[in-house]
Amino acid sequence: MKIWNKIKSWPLLLPVVALILVMAVNIIHDAAVGDNPLSFFMISLRDTTTNGTILFGRIIDIINRGSEVAILAIGMTLVVSASAGTDISVGSVMSLCASFMCMNLAGYGVSSTTTLAKPLIVGLLAAVLMGALCGAFNGTLVSHLSIQPMVATLILYSAARAIGLLLCNDLIVYVRNPSFAFIGAFTGPIPTPILITVVCIILISVVLKKTALGMYIQSVGINAKASRIAGLNSRRLRFLAYLLCGVFASLAGIVASSRITSADSNNIGLYLEMDAILSVALGGNSLGGGKFNLAGSIIGAYTIQAITTTLYALGVSSIQAPVYKAIIVIIIVVIEAPPFKAFIRKHSAARATKGVKA
Amino acid sequence: MEENVVLTARGISMTFPGVKALDNVDFTLRKGEIHALMGENGAGKSTLIKCLTGINDFEAGEIHIEGIDGPVRNHSTKDAQNVGISTVYQEVNLCPNLSVAENLFIGREPLTKIRTIDRKSYNKRSAKIMEDLGISVDVTQNLENYSLAIQQMVAIARAVDMDCKVLILDEPTSSLDDEEVEKLFTLMRKLKEKGVGIIFVTHFLEQVYKVCDRITVLRNGTYVGEYTVEELPRVKLVAAMLGKDLDDLAEIKKEQKDYTNEPMEISAKGLSHAGTIKPFDLDIHKGEVVGIGGLLGSGRSELARCIYGADKAQTGTLEISGEPVKINQPIDAMNKGVGMLPDDRKAEGIIADLSVRENIILALQAKRGMFRQLTRAQQEEIADKYIDLIKIKTPSKDTLVKQLSGGNQQKVILARWLATNADFLILDEPTRGIDVGTKSEIQKLIVKLAGEGKSVLFISSEIEEMLRTCNRMVIMRDGQKVGEIDEDLSQEGVMKAIAGGES
Repeated sequence: MKIWNKIKSWPLLLPVVALILVMAVNIIHDAAVGDNPLSFFMISLRDTTTNGTILFGRIIDIINRGSEVAILAIGMTLVVSASAGTDISVGSVMSLCASFMCMNLAGYGVSSTTTLAKPLIVGLLAAVLMGALCGAFNGTLVSHLSIQPMVATLILYSAARAIGLLLCNDLIVYVRNPSFAFIGAFTGPIPTPILITVVCIILISVVLKKTALGMYIQSVGINAKASRIAGLNSRRLRFLAYLLCGVFASLAGIVASSRITSADSNNIGLYLEMDAILSVALGGNSLGGGKFNLAGSIIGAYTIQAITTTLYALGVSSIQAPVYKAIIVIIIVVIEAPPFKAFIRKHSAARATKGVKA
Repeated sequence: MEENVVLTARGISMTFPGVKALDNVDFTLRKGEIHALMGENGAGKSTLIKCLTGINDFEAGEIHIEGIDGPVRNHSTKDAQNVGISTVYQEVNLCPNLSVAENLFIGREPLTKIRTIDRKSYNKRSAKIMEDLGISVDVTQNLENYSLAIQQMVAIARAVDMDCKVLILDEPTSSLDDEEVEKLFTLMRKLKEKGVGIIFVTHFLEQVYKVCDRITVLRNGTYVGEYTVEELPRVKLVAAMLGKDLDDLAEIKKEQKDYTNEPMEISAKGLSHAGTIKPFDLDIHKGEVVGIGGLLGSGRSELARCIYGADKAQTGTLEISGEPVKINQPIDAMNKGVGMLPDDRKAEGIIADLSVRENIILALQAKRGMFRQLTRAQQEEIADKYIDLIKIKTPSKDTLVKQLSGGNQQKVILARWLATNADFLILDEPTRGIDVGTKSEIQKLIVKLAGEGKSVLFISSEIEEMLRTCNRMVIMRDGQKVGEIDEDLSQEGVMKAIAGGES
């Protein structure tokens, strides 16, 4: 009973249950079609002509493909917590950062190259710098001008892709260089995006663990006025959250761009802002700001990717997939909604008292 | 049911995680009586009221209401209103940007034949309602144009007009000045004559004796007893609430001595903030407790906020410990050893969703800076120390602060500032909404801090409290510092100074 109560109050309960459910669907489906029921979890080594020996399996695929959303979810969690709003520009910012990077790597106006015009590191730094710039722009609007986050970030949401095209002279810039492609490919047998995501997660965890940033941001998100009286600089902290969100968006942009070795301004990060926001919600975080749970958001990100991959595995066409995804999301967010939780609590309490009387 | 009884609650029990909030509590309310519900913070007053109004779902017990067969169980305030229970809280829950009449009829607007809102009739009816209750207002004016007291009376009028048999007033007088309180009492007496049963929750003992007929006392979630006002004089009431005789408040008395030779802690010259406080000078010496007297809205809090940088001073100079400083925001003042406990606990004090521990260490952590985080062990040590020192009642240090009672939340914020070891503390209404026992503890603490060489700027609506603790009082009127009293601190003298006029 005690353990049960502990499980019930575990903050990661919902995202973990959601993830397990998705896995269960896979197992049942595989069993039903006569495959090995555990084929979802199977990881094998395969030899490929392009990348050598690599890890292969559906799980690996999910973690790999989920990298961008997971990275975005980190920044989004901070933004939601500090400002009770969402940064809807992250998908577009990803694309802008990718364009700026590729412009630097290929040279302005070059549509395709195999040799880098500038060292790789310059391109990467350019992307991160652009991400920070976008984050700072959003952050200034939200924290110093008190513009609603949705409206403030709507500006870059609609403008960033166009700016990206401008930077690339209206071209899709291809950078077919192995040292660049490496970021979206493999390090030994492991997909590099997974490693990048892990590094991001470790970095932010260390920052949250070793500094008071986490408490500061939550405090400002819960009560900005009281936080100011207690000596926190509410504005600066909000700004910082948006700045970090922009930087994480640039990292996601680098990964996405490297996967396709190009800066496809119209498609990189398309709709990913919604997936990132959803990850935060799935992770059990209130979109009303305040307390946050980063682990939840990250599990949420991989859950979304797992749903997508599972649907493809089930043979759902990519056009119909969003419908099923929507249904699953509805179920998960309803389970998480406070009125629903209260309803369940009341129900189980009523049952418990009935049991006593009988 | 006994005759004349409108509401009975029997054996109400309710548990919050970790705390038994109510244990077998009884309550009886008769027609046309004003019934005080008394108890310390965390005694279960609010919890009981929330059970009556359907906000809390109690576990055991029954509530009966006159004219309704069988036990009543409300699941929302709407349910409660339907059975005739209305509540008016300390914070007015009306819409300031709507007119008085609109507020009176919101959600139940009178309609014309074609189902549109009948403005004419509701303005007329509103005017009549207000007139009947002896409240003179223009019902077509927006509510925000009126004082808090009038707003509260509008809330009461609304409740009464909805056919309420039971009117619950939860700390209605906390933010009113004396005159406004008197107006409220007149209204309460009028309602009493009409046969409304009123449950009155307050921390001001003298108010109980002014208007109430009966008193029910709760302590630690249990029922102590029901008394008529005559059989429970003030001292006995306090004893019943505390479960022991109260330390004689008179014992708290700061020794008067000459502080003029002590080093200067705070020296403000011509500080002001447009729209809230006119330029003022203020000197506070080391170890001195200075009180600010004045009516609500006279600029008491504003003066303090200006020193602290909560409202940035636009003119003038400030010296702290003899050193000129520029304060742009609270953290600047904090770094100079200043701390401020704001008067609005909910809006500017607690961080509701953080734990007691985090709330206590917050200011200290802010002072240290983001990169020098207190370790978990240090945090726990500090939290434990202050929970113990000022007796914060909490199930654990990791309980969310919003789950504590109001008085304990206040103590948590006090602990936050004590933890920063500030040399100069601004305490704005530290005892508001706090029970007598805690009040005297806080007053003792102030005197003790001063004894340790800290300076305190103390703001309170209760003059007595300041007389006991302060060496000197600053008098405020209409956003202006009008004088100081350092000799002959007496209730009468201070009142006269606040009221103004010659002599």
